[in-house]
Amino acid sequence: MNKNISIQTADFSLADEVALLEQDNEIDGAVVTFTGRVRNKNEGLKVSGLFLEHYPGMTELSLEKIIASARKRWNIGRVKIIHRIGQLKIGEQIVFVGVTSKHRQDAFAANEFIMDFLKVKAPFWKKELTEEGEKWLGARNTDNDKAKQWD
Amino acid sequence: MIKVVFFAGLREQLGCAELTIPSVHITTINALKLVLVELNPHWQVYFENKALLSAVNHDMVDGEHPIKSGDEVAFFPPVTGG
Repeated sequence: MNKNISIQTADFSLADEVALLEQDNEIDGAVVTFTGRVRNKNEGLKVSGLFLEHYPGMTELSLEKIIASARKRWNIGRVKIIHRIGQLKIGEQIVFVGVTSKHRQDAFAANEFIMDFLKVKAPFWKKELTEEGEKWLGARNTDNDKAKQWD
Repeated sequence: MIKVVFFAGLREQLGCAELTIPSVHITTINALKLVLVELNPHWQVYFENKALLSAVNHDMVDGEHPIKSGDEVAFFPPVTGG
């Protein structure tokens, strides 16, 4: 099990994750983090929460491949990905991506790259609880276009 | 035998999370889809969906990808994490 990847129902602490990325790390001057949260609206409908499902085994493998691709493109140090599953309320944290590097450009780019590919390759599915009932989310073309920009 | 698993909206539409099927004559993902629809005619509409994704042994693949006995094949809708 790769400790750089965590699929969990529990919440996470941004401060703790940053501390781990920085702990005994004297070579990296840049720490870039992204946190994704549950919004209160989507496609014009009020959302009261989310349910997140994933494909155990494939999820971890796909995220490891995305990290490996990022390492080939940029000179990055530490990487941490956390993705929550199960029932989530408005405002709760869903996903965390943290990347360190010697200089900021590598960590900025690699963080965005990892999120873009997580969106289109990692087997997670969101079911929204809306005012009109439960609804599985459809894929967004904009997410596919965003990932293709890295080709 | 081939283990077949379904996820998210597709699992709910099919009313099935997982099944096993003899691998005889099933050589590709597309061939497996045809056999599944033959066994469950009301699944046709879901397997005709061009957006449906598939994976073999945790690796995303296309319809021509070969499969063999012992493989785990997954079918699922486009992913929506993050």
